[in-house]
Amino acid sequence: MNNLHQLAQRLMALDDRITACMKCGLCQAVCPMFGATGMEADVARGKLALISNLAHEMIQDPEAVADKLGRCLLCGSCQASCPPGVKIMDVFMEAREVVNAYIGLHPVKKMVFRTLLAKPGLFNFAMRVGAPMQGLIFKDSKDTQGTVCAPMLNFMLGDRHIRPLAKTPLHVRHGSINERCPAGGIKVAFYPGCMGDKMYVDMAEACLKVLRHHKVAVYMPTGLACCGIPALSSGDVEGMMKQMKVNLDLLSQTMFDYLVTPCGSCTATIKEYWPHYAQRMGGAAVGQAREIAAKTMDINAFLVEVLKVQAVEAAANAHKVTFHDSCHLKKSLGVAAQPRTVIGANPAYKVTEMAEADRCCGCGGSFNLFHYDHSRKIGQRKRNNVVDSGAEIVATGCPACMMQLEDVLSHNGDAVKVKHPVEIYAEML
Amino acid sequence: MISQALIKDFEALLGKENVFSSEADRQSYSYDSAVLRPVVPALVVRPTNTEQLGLCVKKLYDNGIPMTVRGAGTNLSGGTIPDNSDTVVILTNGLTRILEINVNDLYAVVEPGVVTADFAAAVAKKNLFYPPDPGSQAVSTIGGNIAENAGGLRGLKYGVTKDYLMGIEFFDATGEIVKSGSRTVKCVTGYNLTGMIAQSEGTLGVISQAILKLVPPPKASKALVAVFDDLQNAAEAVAGIIAAHVVPCTLEFLDNNTIVRVDDFTKAGLPRQAAAMLLIEVDGHPAQVEDDAAAVERVLKDNKATEVLVPKDAAEKFKLWEARRMALPVLARCRPTTVLEDATVPRSQIPAMMKAINDIAAKYKLEVGTFGHAGDGNLHPTFLCDKRDHNEYARVEEAIDELFDVAIKLQGTLSGEHGIGTAKAKWMEKETSRGTILFSQRLRRALDPKGLLNASKLVGI
Repeated sequence: MNNLHQLAQRLMALDDRITACMKCGLCQAVCPMFGATGMEADVARGKLALISNLAHEMIQDPEAVADKLGRCLLCGSCQASCPPGVKIMDVFMEAREVVNAYIGLHPVKKMVFRTLLAKPGLFNFAMRVGAPMQGLIFKDSKDTQGTVCAPMLNFMLGDRHIRPLAKTPLHVRHGSINERCPAGGIKVAFYPGCMGDKMYVDMAEACLKVLRHHKVAVYMPTGLACCGIPALSSGDVEGMMKQMKVNLDLLSQTMFDYLVTPCGSCTATIKEYWPHYAQRMGGAAVGQAREIAAKTMDINAFLVEVLKVQAVEAAANAHKVTFHDSCHLKKSLGVAAQPRTVIGANPAYKVTEMAEADRCCGCGGSFNLFHYDHSRKIGQRKRNNVVDSGAEIVATGCPACMMQLEDVLSHNGDAVKVKHPVEIYAEML
Repeated sequence: MISQALIKDFEALLGKENVFSSEADRQSYSYDSAVLRPVVPALVVRPTNTEQLGLCVKKLYDNGIPMTVRGAGTNLSGGTIPDNSDTVVILTNGLTRILEINVNDLYAVVEPGVVTADFAAAVAKKNLFYPPDPGSQAVSTIGGNIAENAGGLRGLKYGVTKDYLMGIEFFDATGEIVKSGSRTVKCVTGYNLTGMIAQSEGTLGVISQAILKLVPPPKASKALVAVFDDLQNAAEAVAGIIAAHVVPCTLEFLDNNTIVRVDDFTKAGLPRQAAAMLLIEVDGHPAQVEDDAAAVERVLKDNKATEVLVPKDAAEKFKLWEARRMALPVLARCRPTTVLEDATVPRSQIPAMMKAINDIAAKYKLEVGTFGHAGDGNLHPTFLCDKRDHNEYARVEEAIDELFDVAIKLQGTLSGEHGIGTAKAKWMEKETSRGTILFSQRLRRALDPKGLLNASKLVGI
């Protein structure tokens, strides 16, 4: 596609959905990006207007529109509170796809999405080779969160304080798991997600521990690929479909009752986007994706709804935990009460709410890579709310949020630890 | 066309990050919430202190460049759409400081870009109350509320934005600072320019600071919901409540189509056969609230309400009021375009106005849902259409013409709270007089000889 008119024609497919925007502007109240910049082109109303203008050939500059579209965390806050209920996320995803097809995907992204993330063997190899070398590059940030920074790689990583890669990823520690399901028992496929496998391995281990405690049989094949959300967010549907294909093939080999993940973004992607994009792949993928999506649950929701985990009375000296609602978990999946129940199941902890608990933390996956300054600014507001709550721990149901929270808390020198709700629950088992 | 030199000047004054000149950025300031044609401005500037604001105005005036001031861009009459492609938009969302909340003297001083709901929350934290609550309060700015004299649900008892405006500072068209009003309850120093700036829609000056009145919050409140199978009965109940010397803080109304549409969407089990629902809230001292609520209940029953519900607690009230909260969102989902009007009539004329609205909609084959503030006769007939269907949209425009004729005949007004802007300018003379238009234009020309401040809005210049 190299013709501007063709680009406009393809975007016209979104026109009906964009016209539904009544331009009330209420998205300004909830948009984290607008909160940081105050610019109309950063809020959903502005972006929808720009997509519409590009579709109607009122603007001739697709690069500028692509740039504006990229300035979005895809957190879905606007959609969740949109009075006329515009399907904003779908419009943004599709617009990114169309515009990026015109402009072309950044070569680095292309390599990452189509090759690295779609070929788990290669990705795992790269990460394993990388992990032992980290000591040479990374320096301990000497913080409560246990992050590292990389002054030598400042040109690439910026001033980020991040968790180091695990020395041994989850799939290497365990190999392929495929436990027999006892009669009348439950069997789950456990999808740790890239960060659960390679970065927050302790968190993923806590999930396995909890599943074992509840006598749930686990299926966790090696070779799972990325869920596809980073590629999709960058408008690379082809890359996303490659990754999904790998996963569908693996996950269709064994019978299980539920697929659980400790990552709100993975869960939302599998539930919402896999069936949608499998339609384009056709064939067996359509049924596979539909079936898997129906069985997919966030691990907190699984613990509460299926395993009936309940909150108990907190001990007198219980640690204060505040919970950050990750966008995909609350706004896409409607999971908000369950993780709080999971935390409350451990009497050594009690939940204390922060202000704006469901306001985006500013990570937004690859948004953080390309707009680190805005990401930090948005994160600072979250950090202030966390610290103001007086909690010793902030819990959240998404590893990307965990990474962002650790980065901002570490930079502020705060003694607040970051945990997944399941880690808190697992401590008592 | 704006010169590169001037853009550089603005960048030097405001910082590059506060001057938006790219096509994509300019296009995103070409519209507001009104269903009107967008106009792309030449440049967008965002001062971050009031001194910069004054310098921006002066620079634009000296260069003869038209200017439109914009807060959150939520107004419904086109007041923040640039006049033409030479216009520079001045954003106020860089001026967001609450300068003072005085709990002893019950006032606050704010910059124009403060968001209404943020301000109300800051005031509530000090156990005081700022009542104006326009529908867009989560994002709208105080400056915009003043310029449009925004209303809301609490108008009947608490009044509207102008009733809380004690004093104002603004830059005139040339960039001179003008001050009027005071922190005192009484102030007769000079002309009441404060009153003049309220609802001036950015045509007389650029607001830089406002002194707002605060009140003690009510100690208690109670809500009631009533269902009627006849519109006339609902209207008589509204009149009866006032006649019983009860002034509810909220007295809201939903018509049959709105009830049905909301019920379709929420499946809440609303009375689908009802001609109207009234949602009422009384507030004040706990003892008075009990008395008032009992009086309201009596009046509702005397006026043949088929059902009166009194929620037991906040949770139940929240559920019952869902119907009102969902009215606009649900209507907006029915069709691609939502044209939200706000013709207002004296309270007693609501049945006549409702009949006219439904007759006009039938005549032009349009769907309309009406809800609004029954206590102050401020109805929101909401036309559901698709602006891309030129035939249908032409019928909407004709229907609205006719609607305003009726409102004026019933001694009402074109706009209770949404403003005139460009959307309703052509009907101004019909409601007022030729003299009113001429007087207003002479006033404008005297204050703004080059005609640069939001020139096409209200009466034009």
